Order: sequence, then structure tokens, then C-alpha cells
Amino acid sequence: MKNNIIIQIITRLLFPFIQLFGFYVIMHGESGPGGGFQGGVILGASVILYVIVFGIDEGRKLISEKTNDILNCTGVLIYGGVGLLCIIAGGKYLEYNILPLGSVHFASHMGMLGIEIGVGVTVSAVMITLFFETARQGK
Amino acid sequence: MKTTYLFVVLITGIALAYGTIDMPNFGDPQAPANHHVAPRYIEKTHEETGVDNMVTSVLASYRGYDTFGETTVIFTAGICVILLLRETRDNKKKNRRKKGVRS
Amino acid sequence: MIEFILAKYNYWIYITLMMIGFYAMIAKPNLIKKIIGMNIFQTAVFLFYISIAKVKGGTAPIEWEKAVQYDNPLPHVLILTAIVVSVSTTAVALALIIKIYKAYGTIEEDKILEMNK
Repeated sequence: MKNNIIIQIITRLLFPFIQLFGFYVIMHGESGPGGGFQGGVILGASVILYVIVFGIDEGRKLISEKTNDILNCTGVLIYGGVGLLCIIAGGKYLEYNILPLGSVHFASHMGMLGIEIGVGVTVSAVMITLFFETARQGK
Repeated sequence: MKTTYLFVVLITGIALAYGTIDMPNFGDPQAPANHHVAPRYIEKTHEETGVDNMVTSVLASYRGYDTFGETTVIFTAGICVILLLRETRDNKKKNRRKKGVRS
Repeated sequence: MIEFILAKYNYWIYITLMMIGFYAMIAKPNLIKKIIGMNIFQTAVFLFYISIAKVKGGTAPIEWEKAVQYDNPLPHVLILTAIVVSVSTTAVALALIIKIYKAYGTIEEDKILEMNK
């Protein structure tokens, strides 16, 4: 699809808006439909669209192999880290009410937000990894 | 051979449809699935967690440990695909030689 | 008789979809068609569980002032987890099919069994 200039221009225009929508779905998981898994898949789909239109080599310039491997593990570490933070603050594992952030409702909100961000990062990185590994076999 | 497969599929379908005679009706509010834990989640989610979306509060607060295992499952799937399909510098020369022999 | 069909028609529709997926899994010799049949089967099972969650006159399980009755939120949570498991299984299965193609040169099941003898 490298020679089709209409598709190239529209993909370049749409790329930041799809990512913004993905972040919106992750952050607003608490007051409307959405959450970590759904927003992570939308974020992964934006990079897959870019790689389909421009080719695998251009896609590797956007996100290198080492960055992808590190982002795979970072989400799970964030999730476990929030749980350990609750143990340090004096409660049980993943008990958000104990965190010293003001009222009980605010601490619960922040705990859930941290969890959703961790899930979103891991799911998007794994979607990009699966696509790159299967698409590279066609060379 | 295909008639054997069709026969097996029909027998399984009829057995499953016979099992749905005892199941609750569609949209029944007295069904046993709506009685055990779900009313407690519906009534107490705003005062215990402060979140409006009941599905997110059950997923991240009441059953947060299961969601941790879930994230590990999708991380493991990514690792399996990397192990099976990635070419490192050691076996890149081996693969090039194999491709040359067959094609 | 009409009441009986109106009360349980949702279960029968999803059982039909399940049997279509099941037939594709056991009767087609191509490996990719078997994986597609597994996906159809899993989707039918998810819809079967979510149709149990509906309550007559209920609205979506998000807090709202004008709501009288809410749906049951528990099956939605369990099926979110199951969808992620289904995606993981399909990804690893497709990676294994790529390795089988590189080793044998074909993806028809009977030809692979012949080559193995």
C-alpha cells in the first residue's frame, strides 16, 4: 500500500486520534463502559494500522524490539507494585482503603486507576508483539 | 465419513436442547443466578468503593486477584509466541541455509 | 406450546451456533479451518452465558437515577476473562501452525499423518 497516497495521508491524520480514544476508554472505565482490556486493544490496533499501511521496517522505527519487550513486562510489574504498596501502608494485599490519600473513596479510585493502567500497557504491548512476530514470517 | 460426523453433531445438539427444559426462562427475575451474590454487589458498590460502573468495581476491587492472574495469562501468550517464532542471531544463518535448500 | 418456545428460544439459537462450530472442528481436514471452528464455538458459549444475565425490565449495570432494576453484572465480569483466554489460545495455535508448515510443507491433516508413518 505504499503507492496509494490517499490511504497514507488519512492514516497519518487518524493515528493520534485513535490513541487518544484508547487512553479515554482506559481512564473513564469507572464511570462508563470500558476499562483496561478494552482500551489496551484499541491502543494496539492503532500501531497495527500504521504497520499495515507503511510496512514492517517503518513500523520498527516507530517502536523498537527492545522497547516492546520491556513494555510487555512493565504492566504486570505495575499491577503487583500497587498490591505491594498496600502491604507497605499496613493492610492486606490489594486492599485500597488503607492507602493514605485522603478519604476512603479517593484512595479506592486511585488504586483502581493504577490497576487499569497496568493492564492497558501489557495488553497493548502483547497485541503489537503478536502482530510483528506473525507478519515477519512472510518476508 | 461426513455422515458420521453429521450424526454425532445432531445427537449432541438434541441432547443439549433436551437439557434446557429445566433451565430458567429468559429474563426471569427469580432465577437462582440472580439471588446469591449479585444483589450484594448491586446494592453496596457505591458506598464501599465509590465507583459507578458495577462491572469495573467487581473486576478491580472485589475480584482483583483474578484480574492479576488474567494479566499473567496474556503475558504468557506473548512469551510463547516470541519463543516459537523469533529468529535470533544464532539461528538466522541456519534458517537461511534451510530456505536455500528447499526453494 | 408458543409460551414454551418464547421462554427458551435464546438457548436454542446459541446451541445451533455451537453445533456449527463443533462440526467445523471435527470434519474439516485443513488446520486453519479447525481453528476458526474453535473460535465460533467459544463465541457461542460466551453468548450463552451472557443471555442468562438479562432481567426483564432491567437496564445496563451502571448507576443511573432513572433506573428501577439493574441487570446481573456477574456473568459480564467472568466472560471478560474468558475472552482474553480465547485470544491467547488462538494466538499460540496459529504460531504452532506456522511451525508445522515450515517442517512438513503442507497443512492438510491426512497428508501430515501419512508423512509421519
